[in-house]
Amino acid sequence: MPNYKMSLLCCGGTGCRASESVRIVERLREEIAAAGMDNDVQVVVTGCFGFCEQGPIVKVIPDNTFYTNVKPEDAEEIVKEHVVKGRKVTRLLYEDPDTKKHISDSKHMGFYQKQLRIALRNCGFINPENIDEYIARDGYEALAKVLQGTPQEAIETVKKSGLRGRGGGGFPTGLKWEIASKSPGPEKYVVCNADEGDPGAFMDRSILESDPNSVIEAMAICGYCIGASKGLVYIRAEYPLAVKRLQIAMRQARDYGLLGDDILGSGFNFDIEIRYGAGAFVCGEETALIHSMEGKRGEPTVKPPFPAESGYLGKPTNVNNVETFANIPVIFLKGSEWFASIGTEKSKGTKVFALAGKINNVGLIEVPMGTTLREVIYDIGGGIKGGKEFKAVQTGGPSGGCLTKKHLDTPIDYDNLTAAGSMMGSGGMIVMDEDDCMVSVAKFYLQFTVDESCGKCAPCRIGNKRLEEILDKITKGKGTMEDLDYLKNLSKVIKDTALCGLGQTSPNPVLSTLDNFYDEYVAHIVDKRCPAHKCRALRVYAIDPDRCKGCTACARACPAGAIKGEVKQAHVIDTEKCIRCGACFDKCKFNAVIVQ
Amino acid sequence: MDTIKLTIDNREIEVEKGTTIFQAAKQMGIDIPALCYMKLDNLGVENRPGGCRICVVEVEGRRNLAPSCSTVCTPGMVVHTHTMRVINARRTVLELILSDHPKDCLVCPKNGRCELQDLAARLGIREIHSVENAAVSTYKKDTSPSLKRDMDKCVMCRRCETMCNDVQSVGALSAVNRGFMAVVAPAFEQRLVDSNCTFCGQCVAVCPTGALTEVDHTGRIIQALMDPTKKVVVQTAPAVRAALGEEFGMEPGTLVTGKMVAALRRLGFDEVFDTDFAADLTIMEEGTELLDRLGRFLGGDKTVKLPILTSCCPAWVNFFEHNYPDMLDVPSSAKSPQQMFGAIAKTYFAEKIGVDRKDLVVVSVMPCLAKKYECQRDEFKVDGNPDVDFSISTRELASLIKSANIDFLSLPDEEFDAPLGESTGAAVIFGATGGVIEAAVRTAYEIYTGKKLDRIDFKELRGLDGIRHATIDFNGTPINIGIAHTLGNARKLLDGMRAGMYNFHAIEIMACPGGCIGGAGQPFHHGDSSVIKARMDAIYREDAGKKIRKSHENPYIIKLYEEFLGHPMSEKAHHLLHTHYFDKHD
Amino acid sequence: MDKIELNKCQKDKIAEICAEFGNAPGELINVLHKCQGHFGYLPEEVQREIARNLHIPVAKVYGVVTFYSFFTMQPKGRHSISVCMGTACYVRGAESVLEELKKELKIDVGGVTPDGKFSLECLRCVGACGLAPVMLVDEKVYGRLEPKQIKGILAQYE
Repeated sequence: MPNYKMSLLCCGGTGCRASESVRIVERLREEIAAAGMDNDVQVVVTGCFGFCEQGPIVKVIPDNTFYTNVKPEDAEEIVKEHVVKGRKVTRLLYEDPDTKKHISDSKHMGFYQKQLRIALRNCGFINPENIDEYIARDGYEALAKVLQGTPQEAIETVKKSGLRGRGGGGFPTGLKWEIASKSPGPEKYVVCNADEGDPGAFMDRSILESDPNSVIEAMAICGYCIGASKGLVYIRAEYPLAVKRLQIAMRQARDYGLLGDDILGSGFNFDIEIRYGAGAFVCGEETALIHSMEGKRGEPTVKPPFPAESGYLGKPTNVNNVETFANIPVIFLKGSEWFASIGTEKSKGTKVFALAGKINNVGLIEVPMGTTLREVIYDIGGGIKGGKEFKAVQTGGPSGGCLTKKHLDTPIDYDNLTAAGSMMGSGGMIVMDEDDCMVSVAKFYLQFTVDESCGKCAPCRIGNKRLEEILDKITKGKGTMEDLDYLKNLSKVIKDTALCGLGQTSPNPVLSTLDNFYDEYVAHIVDKRCPAHKCRALRVYAIDPDRCKGCTACARACPAGAIKGEVKQAHVIDTEKCIRCGACFDKCKFNAVIVQ
Repeated sequence: MDTIKLTIDNREIEVEKGTTIFQAAKQMGIDIPALCYMKLDNLGVENRPGGCRICVVEVEGRRNLAPSCSTVCTPGMVVHTHTMRVINARRTVLELILSDHPKDCLVCPKNGRCELQDLAARLGIREIHSVENAAVSTYKKDTSPSLKRDMDKCVMCRRCETMCNDVQSVGALSAVNRGFMAVVAPAFEQRLVDSNCTFCGQCVAVCPTGALTEVDHTGRIIQALMDPTKKVVVQTAPAVRAALGEEFGMEPGTLVTGKMVAALRRLGFDEVFDTDFAADLTIMEEGTELLDRLGRFLGGDKTVKLPILTSCCPAWVNFFEHNYPDMLDVPSSAKSPQQMFGAIAKTYFAEKIGVDRKDLVVVSVMPCLAKKYECQRDEFKVDGNPDVDFSISTRELASLIKSANIDFLSLPDEEFDAPLGESTGAAVIFGATGGVIEAAVRTAYEIYTGKKLDRIDFKELRGLDGIRHATIDFNGTPINIGIAHTLGNARKLLDGMRAGMYNFHAIEIMACPGGCIGGAGQPFHHGDSSVIKARMDAIYREDAGKKIRKSHENPYIIKLYEEFLGHPMSEKAHHLLHTHYFDKHD
Repeated sequence: MDKIELNKCQKDKIAEICAEFGNAPGELINVLHKCQGHFGYLPEEVQREIARNLHIPVAKVYGVVTFYSFFTMQPKGRHSISVCMGTACYVRGAESVLEELKKELKIDVGGVTPDGKFSLECLRCVGACGLAPVMLVDEKVYGRLEPKQIKGILAQYE
């Protein structure tokens, strides 16, 4: 293996690939070859760096220069200047939004400073398609360690670490393993849930794309603990890159004897198969996931029996999600005490969030449990985009709720989020500003739930549809105050009676917005007004006579004939006739049509 | 027995481990309302998808409400079945279900017998909170010769799916779509008649609402009865008399043969005949066929097809035509009693009374919905005129009686008309699983051995176990008999036979649980399968009370052969009383 | 949907795919993925053929096909457009992008243009939240979209 003096790490995550990172890699390699430095400098395609807002990212090792927003045409300059002459390309460096100074090393960036990367430890550092790089960072050492002890000892370690499921429910992982290990039967299964369905969360995919071996290693450890020799990864078919990298990693692990029969000479056999999801959010629920893996409709069934007693093919099955597994090897390497020292009393370790929405630094972040929302949004996220005012942050996806200013200093952990009416969920974190209508946001989530409901139980099948209809009615200005009472009661009953976790949490976006933004609902109903001007049917359009040039474009566009005015004279909208379609607003070239 | 103690509604109870809250409550006289849940105890059928959420209860220490049908009792559990939280949840959920249900109850075929309607009444729903112009899920309607589907009325209880798949192994129905549009339907929401549906109708038998119903022929029958140019005769299947009384509030298992005959006569049928007569005829033909095959087999002919399979059940015939096309020559070629009756009525009887077959309307009253399909099969028509014009269910007969201003309970007992009304005890037991083969054995034994039977009752062939077998000693020759009821059990039996697990000479198969007494045209059992047992007892009571209990001793049957058919399996018998089967494999 | 007849070669292909998964009913979803990959969609006859090979009722196959949003019984357009409807894209205006697409293509979500050129769908998070709102045309990702760009993007496709 050549001993490279310099490495250019280029993000090969889905986000950066969408911005031509593949082409950047090609260009970098061409330039390096042209400079005759192929033996000294290598280009490594890594997984996600997390700082998607600034992607594509190219990081230069050993000097840790962090280039942002790189384009294929920048390759020439990076190689000619930085690689050949050792001069950093300043214009590609990250600019601190406050000081306007260029920062070269990522560890000095606000985005990274408050992060602690455990599950994402290898993301952006290693080539995910090369197991050697994983092994070089202590990969598979945890497995080796576990195989030298008893399964009970290993389960005890996981229990002591305090790790809880990162997929949504937050069930203690060690306890789950213990139950599965105690379930009788020669045939058991380890399932990795990689059917990430939360619209706005992509950490599981990112981990599989960036560090597939950590999941494979953890599944093998789990298999040893519960007595399973088969693992199944249930993954979204829409994740082709993650699938490919997982397959490569599995093949390499088999070649190294880290999967298959008699792993590391321990006599323990374990191998993994891939099963594909096919687009059903409800399959994030364990029992639904198992039915899907059996080739059936992904409908959940009443628990108990839990999968740990009767799961895949009726056999004891342990289901954990990708992020949960990604934490496992570290717990064994650094010890359960170390892990338990991070976080809050009941939530240990870190949590990965997909930070997105109206925020400056969109990306994938990992913070210790107990970090406040304020730290995440302002210190890491760099505040609200375009200098707008923070309004709410939605966590937990369709199962979660919207939190407001008053929650900004709440330390993030499972229990605090639940108490505040939201959820940890899988880790979506969407920031909203003053332009977002909270009734519409609730409606958006309900539309999602209605689309994704399996239809098995009546409260979810029909109840969510009714919630959506009422919300739609309110956003159209046709709601009544009685609707709010019904909305509340219906939400509570759905939570109380739905069969599975999807239905039991689906009203959360409604309840949390009702709690935190009641006035906004009232404004829609009583004043027929959408404070965020988002709801089309509630907009009142008017023409600013000072800006209007009398071009008649709006009058011609108006399907209701509501706009009157002479050519080259200021026009007027007849609000009685106006059907609020917004055609005039879209047509006006002079920004003369305003929403009141 | 392992037991546990728990508290329900402030009373302590000790139950067997594994008991659900629903069952435990029932044991102490608390009747928790439910909609999707259905348990047919003695048939081993349980449908508990936990979907309707009507049976929810409050369990102390639990975050949400628990579905009592599928929540197993745990020691020390404290359950409340009637709190404000529970009442509100139940009512709200039921209102939701009603908000996506048509409101045409007054003209619905299930009006008065609908479990959803009963539930709404029981919970005292007086208005449905909903949204203006709330969406309702609507689907293509479908009418087949036997069954009607109006899935707008489906509540996704999944009982039909359970019957079609788990019990019958037919697989014509599956849950399709998801979310608000989820429904149970055939593949591609195609017409049932284009699917592999056998028309057994067990989906109809368990549907709590009007989503699945039978095709109603009562109007056509009233028309025929009122038509002075038509001669209308009726035949009634054995299982009908053991269940019809239920429609008039009588106890399950009450035999109403005499009142039924009287009612049919008052309805205006010109002749009231009995399918039992044709059942005796079936035994003559099928029994002879069995003895013929058996004789050849014992004589060393290895090409002979054994075991012989009964063919009286039209759903079963459809089932093997769809699923076992390689075995079309195995079942008896004898037509079912309904069709034998029709063939004889429109030849022998029509000639006797000098009426053209086109002016003779043959109506059958059946416990069955597949019979509606069977009588419309092309091979049972002569120049387009069917041997049996209409087949109605037990339920339809009850509704005819009610609509004709007849007070059923006060009717006298009357007798069937001759010549097609006379029957033996052997024919009566056709109505229960194992009955056809017992009737066949009674006749075959005496013909084969040339001896009189010492005992007529073959109790070893009776019962409700899904698959049964027995060996009958035919004077030194052991005859192995297999019996299955429900098509799922039939499949198990046939597959087992193919795998060499069994070595039978004759097999009886009935598609419905319990045989025809559990047919889909019978009064709804609403999940109470003790009703089926009661009807079965009634059938055997009727048999025991008959003077003649062996088909070959029926004097009118003997006369029919003498006057018309010649002998069993004669050319004429073959032409009129036997049929052939079709490959319907997809 | 028009009924299509499968030729022998197509039937053999389905049999081959099913055999690859041991004709096991539990592999139905994998089989459907592979068949959709091959045929582009899952018409009735393909489902019937799968049912025959796996020895399961065709109603079950249809039940599964209609449950999962990834499976389709509609042939797609030559170019398939997917708009990300993840929350990040939603709050950054995915809805107006979708509206514009519907208006330009004159089809609804799930539809195909009459000339068979484009089909329009929504999908959940692409994972390119930094580029929100995002849409995919075939494999290509278009980020930071505004409705007014749509016309120009569509014009690039033949």
